[in-house]
Amino acid sequence: MTRTPLRPLARVLDARARGENPDAIERENLRLRHEDMRDRDRQRAEGRLLVVGVFFFCAFMLVGARMGTLASSEVEEPRAAAGGASIIAQRADITDRNGRILATNLTTHSLYAQPPIMIDKERAARKLALIFPDLDETKLLEQFTGKRKFLWIKRKLSPEQKQAVHDIGDPGLLFGPREMRLYPNGKLASHVLGGASFGREGVHSAEVIGIAGVERAFDAFLRNPENGGRPLRLSLDLSVQSVVEQVLDGGMKLLNAKGAAAILMDAHTGEIISLASLPDFDPNDRQPPPAAGNPADSPLFNRAVQGVYELGSTFKIFTVAQAIETGMVNAATIIDTKGPLRWGRFRIRDFRNYGPELSVEDVIVKSSNIGTARIAQMIGIERQQEFLKSLGFFDPTPVELVEAPGARPLLPPKWSEISMMTISYGHGLSASPLHLATGYASLLNGGVKVTPTLVKREGVEMGDPVVSPRTSAIARDMLRKAVTDGTATFGDVHGYAVAGKTGTADKPNPQGGYYDDKVIATFASVFPADDPKYVLVVTLDEPVETSGEEPRRTAGWTAVPVAAEVIRRVAPLMGLAPSIEQGSLVGVSLTAN
Amino acid sequence: MRSIFFIVTALLVMGMAFWAYRQNYETQASLREAEALRAEISSLREAQSVLRAEWAYLNRPDRLRELADLNFERLGLLPLSPEQFGQADQVAYPPDPIPLLSNAIDTIGTLEPQP
Repeated sequence: MTRTPLRPLARVLDARARGENPDAIERENLRLRHEDMRDRDRQRAEGRLLVVGVFFFCAFMLVGARMGTLASSEVEEPRAAAGGASIIAQRADITDRNGRILATNLTTHSLYAQPPIMIDKERAARKLALIFPDLDETKLLEQFTGKRKFLWIKRKLSPEQKQAVHDIGDPGLLFGPREMRLYPNGKLASHVLGGASFGREGVHSAEVIGIAGVERAFDAFLRNPENGGRPLRLSLDLSVQSVVEQVLDGGMKLLNAKGAAAILMDAHTGEIISLASLPDFDPNDRQPPPAAGNPADSPLFNRAVQGVYELGSTFKIFTVAQAIETGMVNAATIIDTKGPLRWGRFRIRDFRNYGPELSVEDVIVKSSNIGTARIAQMIGIERQQEFLKSLGFFDPTPVELVEAPGARPLLPPKWSEISMMTISYGHGLSASPLHLATGYASLLNGGVKVTPTLVKREGVEMGDPVVSPRTSAIARDMLRKAVTDGTATFGDVHGYAVAGKTGTADKPNPQGGYYDDKVIATFASVFPADDPKYVLVVTLDEPVETSGEEPRRTAGWTAVPVAAEVIRRVAPLMGLAPSIEQGSLVGVSLTAN
Repeated sequence: MRSIFFIVTALLVMGMAFWAYRQNYETQASLREAEALRAEISSLREAQSVLRAEWAYLNRPDRLRELADLNFERLGLLPLSPEQFGQADQVAYPPDPIPLLSNAIDTIGTLEPQP
């Protein structure tokens, strides 16, 4: 670039000759030069601005375009994501304590219809009614020809049904995948498992939710994908449960009972090995609860957990154990049993007259109401309440069933002296068989409180002591005597030293009072008596034994033989070898004078 | 000197491009493979769950009991009972092995008629 001089000599000389100021020329040139520079700078700046503008435009366009594509494209999981943490099943399996499946999932299909795209509606309705006998052809046709654009026809299809529907060939009949809950063992443990149904439903999938039993109680656990498909392991034993249900069913039919319940519990851990309630139902096809009638008569009703009954003489051992624990009596103390015992306008009688006095042990062995009431009088109301509370008879059982919190024991509104006396032998307080099993386990396992559970436990947690191990052993001895030479002689299973107590309670009449010919027969037992491992409670509702001259309803003739058969069948299954017992002391009598 | 540098740079760029290209395709191939494997795993898992359900269904106690009853003549299966427990000392020891014949003379004896 040629630089123009600010004071060109020629022009300066010219200007001098004309008498002008040559500085004007310099200023003029300087001005021109500055204008020049300014124009150049502006041009360069404009150019740079343009470049920056284009750059930013491109950058924003890029960001915008990316956003646009992200917004409009299909969602896709990142392909390179580390695998392994995939969801295995929508709902975890439920297994028994040995890992055998009690509930699992099966992929199946649901059937829905879109009437606007159906071709031959009459034919489709006719064929569907042929495939599914429970569907009505005219009703289907009505739905197809109505205004509806979408309707569910079947929630679950078997593969054969799906193929048959497919063969109809109507484009308006469509299938959606479904995961359904399958209980492969059918009715087995139905009250524990409860059942499942569909929650929110879409065409492509449906939520499976638990509606009763452990399915409902552990709904959150079973649906939690964090568990990675880990099954819920229950404390039940499939084989034992099956045998218990079979024997109980046989006993119930043989004794013309309306219902039956059995609980087999580990005496130390509180794990429920078997929990049966009859009549039962198939959880694969759970019926809705009955709209009318007594809900307790429905097969859905869990008698072992939900049913609260007066459990009768099985309670006597609690009274006696408490009296022994407090040191008021020992097994040989003589109790006055002259009857009937009058208290105000009430009279307490025994089933039979057992004479004017009995030892505490004989009160249990012969099951004397009067004797137990007398012992309860020694204990007093408050201590009785406290003891029963420590055994869990005041609260619903904490077992993991959704029905359990609803089964609150029925306590007398006012715990008077007479309530105390009747409760001492099991009348006036209603509790579920599970309460009774828990109480027996706590009292007889050495005196440590157990918490009933349906989940397999690892290791034993020590509970609070309820009674001393000595009292527990004395109580077991008494119950053993009740079996060897008392009211429960049918309960003696050779080799397993069963100890237990019968209980026969008249059923309360809804119109007031009690029925004469309807009883709840209960047998609560523990075996083996010398080293208690399991507690078994069998309850029969309205049993009657008709082999004799007149119908017999006492538990000794009804619940006890059933329980004995359960023990005979179940103990070997649990690996309990029979022990060689010492000969019973028949013929050796203590001199009494 | 300068031209050698240019040539080397150009070759380097080409080499890098080739490497990047290959890596890209290899990655895509392994992604596809992983996806296929994952699909296979999930289908196998589904098949496994069906088989497990079927196994549980076929092994349900009711059915096994019926089968044991039906085949009683052949199998003779009865419910487990307490009498079937044995004790270790009830199990017989294996019989002593027959001593080996070490000397032929040992076997020589006289056969006499038994009285």
